Amino acid sequence: MDKNINIKLRIWRQKGPKEKGAFETYELKNVYQGSSFLEMLDMLNDQLVSEGKEPVAFDHDCREGICGMCSLYVNGHPHGPDEEITTCQLYMRKFNDGDTITIEPWRSAGFPVVKDLMVDRSAFDKIIQAGGYISVNTGGTPDANTIPIPKDNAEAAMDAAACIGCGACVAACKNGSAMLFVAAKVSHLALLPQGRIEAAKRAKAMVAKMDELGFGNCTNTGACEVECPKNISITNIARLNREFLKAKFKD
Amino acid sequence: MTQINSKIPEGPLAEKWTNYKDHQKLVNPANKRHLDIIVVGTGLAGASAAASLGELGFNVLNFCIQDSPRRAHSIAAQGGINAAKNYQNDGDSVYRLFYDTIKGGDYRAREANVYRLAEISNDIIDLSVAQGVPFAREYGGLLDNRSFGGAQVSRTFYARGQTGQQLLVGAYSALSRAIHKGQVKMYTRREMLDLIVIDGRARGIIVRNLVTGKIERYAAHAVVVATGGYGNTYFLSTNAMSSNGSAAWQCYKKGAYFANPCMTQIHPTCIPVQGEFQSKLTLMSESLRNDGRIWVPKKKEDAEAIRAGKLKPTDIKEEDRDYYLERRYPAYGNLVPRDVASRAAKERCDAGYGVGPTGYAVYLDFSDAIKRLGKSVIEEKYGNLFQMYKKIMNEDPYETPMMIYPAIHYTMGGIWVDYELMTSIPGLFAIGEANFSDHGANRLGASALMQGLADGYFILPYTMQNYLADQIQVPRFDTNRPEFDEAEKGIEERISKLMHINGKHSVDYFHKKLGHIMWEYVGMSRSAEGLKFALKEIKALKKEFWTDVRIPGTEETVNPELEKALRLADFFEIGELIALDALHREESCGGHFRSEYQTPDGEALRNDEEFSFVSCWEYQGEDKEPILHKEPLNYQFVVPQQRNYKS
Repeated sequence: MDKNINIKLRIWRQKGPKEKGAFETYELKNVYQGSSFLEMLDMLNDQLVSEGKEPVAFDHDCREGICGMCSLYVNGHPHGPDEEITTCQLYMRKFNDGDTITIEPWRSAGFPVVKDLMVDRSAFDKIIQAGGYISVNTGGTPDANTIPIPKDNAEAAMDAAACIGCGACVAACKNGSAMLFVAAKVSHLALLPQGRIEAAKRAKAMVAKMDELGFGNCTNTGACEVECPKNISITNIARLNREFLKAKFKD
Repeated sequence: MTQINSKIPEGPLAEKWTNYKDHQKLVNPANKRHLDIIVVGTGLAGASAAASLGELGFNVLNFCIQDSPRRAHSIAAQGGINAAKNYQNDGDSVYRLFYDTIKGGDYRAREANVYRLAEISNDIIDLSVAQGVPFAREYGGLLDNRSFGGAQVSRTFYARGQTGQQLLVGAYSALSRAIHKGQVKMYTRREMLDLIVIDGRARGIIVRNLVTGKIERYAAHAVVVATGGYGNTYFLSTNAMSSNGSAAWQCYKKGAYFANPCMTQIHPTCIPVQGEFQSKLTLMSESLRNDGRIWVPKKKEDAEAIRAGKLKPTDIKEEDRDYYLERRYPAYGNLVPRDVASRAAKERCDAGYGVGPTGYAVYLDFSDAIKRLGKSVIEEKYGNLFQMYKKIMNEDPYETPMMIYPAIHYTMGGIWVDYELMTSIPGLFAIGEANFSDHGANRLGASALMQGLADGYFILPYTMQNYLADQIQVPRFDTNRPEFDEAEKGIEERISKLMHINGKHSVDYFHKKLGHIMWEYVGMSRSAEGLKFALKEIKALKKEFWTDVRIPGTEETVNPELEKALRLADFFEIGELIALDALHREESCGGHFRSEYQTPDGEALRNDEEFSFVSCWEYQGEDKEPILHKEPLNYQFVVPQQRNYKS
């Protein structure tokens, strides 16, 4: 049964991108275990406001695990100590009375800190803009059932397309690599006949942009797959490598 | 009273849109580059509009509140998108989709708009597939469908329980391509705080940069608002935390009519409220009603025993369960529209048959479907929803029924628009949930995605040209004009006032109180007495907020408390208008249920003679009662009836 617990929080506070950050410690009493982790932070912020202190800034929006906005590094895990969840789906029943919980922002060269626990993930948008799409304009497209797609391919494409662009893969990687993110998009589109046409070009353009933006290399540690809230598999990275090599051979 | 001109084209229903397109004005390609368009919002409507307008050659400036356009709340739509493809050979057609939508909306939507929506629905599916949206497929490789409430055909296309996500990623990828090609310029982490009107036309916006805190000015030839609904007025809703009504509200204050504010949708299947720090309510997709059966115990003593934790739902024998939707509505059963299902749940819980610790929950049970189809089929269809439920409630829905209760989900009301999706301010357009146009008094499931994308991909790119055609000679506007100065000054004063109150309570403290008033008196069941009380209470609370809120930090940096305070200041006023409109509409229709107006068996009792109109509210100034204009709904093609889902 869920009950109320008392906890200690060690939270990274940083005023701005150029400022020096540090951990600060807070105590929080009577936290209902049926609350989500972010609701616990709401409680803390309520307490801070009532003390006239500045609340902790953190990104969050849909609070149902799909927008990809929340991005907390909790006790050494992106999104915290539970599987297949984003931070907003982490519940306080995963913690015990008296626990000390450490909360940090995503840490990676590709994601500079904006304030406290907020980071700038615009690099992901830039990678998609480099080629993460099928080049069709609105209008003039054929009937949706014109090209049958084998169910297995459609399902595999959907598995890859489930990526929410949160950046946990980058935060989990000791090299700060964005390979899983890029691979998910390349796979999603390469598995569909509509996306096959530009598959090689897409892989090359997206990888080039990723390298340019300061993300590290992939050394196959598999940490990204373990921490991915949407279970994106590293087999997608193998597919990306194949598409990338094919493109390079053509050059 | 001003005549409301909805600009509905003449001619037979099925030919109106074609006729419009055949005769509208267009802008030639060379002139398009000289015309700037601001699009606020990057959800399904905003992203699809920005991408499509950019592709056409207009110079588009696109704004969003999140750190990336991919995170707009359309992403959370789960179940699906409707289209009249009739791939299932089950009798669907454009007319039937039109008719179901009009009927589902309880005859409070415009016929011409809804027919156009149904016509366009098929194009959306074609485009999405071409963009790479991985819709569910049959083993033969063709597209699969499922059923949603208010329909007797299977016309809903879906991508597992993440259809909104996949469609938004489709629109986002089109937008990303347009950004790459230089057709759209993207501005993230910006919040629109005012609309600029020059000589009676919308010509720009003022935004706050949420990272630097700076106030920024942008000018354009036309402005499109695609900022979603105002459901968060109720504090607890299925909306995202940043979803707000402020952009729409600024448009209203600048003269755009606000239509049918009282038409709010309460979704029947959400995870019930659990504690006082609950920040939002999570939806469980309507698609679950394809296979889940809704029930409460037949005997009050069983319900009491369950609430006390002495009995489990699985202990209740089949003959002691009341499948109340199947009992009351045999023809549609568990697939009645949302407003009907929500009220039926409230009725049972109010009568003392509710379950869960608070007694405000009903069961959604999959045991029959699991027996019939096997666990693996259910897992394939709804796996992610079951997982989500388990994480939140710590109970396994494969083993025990889900607990659900209605919650605020969507707002059918919004900025008034004509057939061209233009508001009452020339040059200001509103699309998606931000406008009021297509869902009448109740939206059917899987129709929001359809409408958002229809507006953005296929309607606005045409109708905007009809407006812009005579703007090609108008030079770009200077943002140093006095209209911008004045608006910026107003915003700075408002922010400074909020920052200096230095009271005792946080923003959420007031928002929760507002939410409580709204849910109790302006929620699922409303009465004249309750609404009058709510109006008084909201006014008092608003005053308290403006004298006792506390916002730490400064305005020159990231300050989430300030962002929330600015939004809440508008929610108070929106709440007042919802209540005022609800008080004025002395009938029950769709999501608007007035307890004084019901049939003997508790169904909504419409009054077509007096209330077959769109309420269009015109702002008159602070603390002044707005003026009500009425746009009559002249049904020419279907005959409004009392909705019947029983036989």
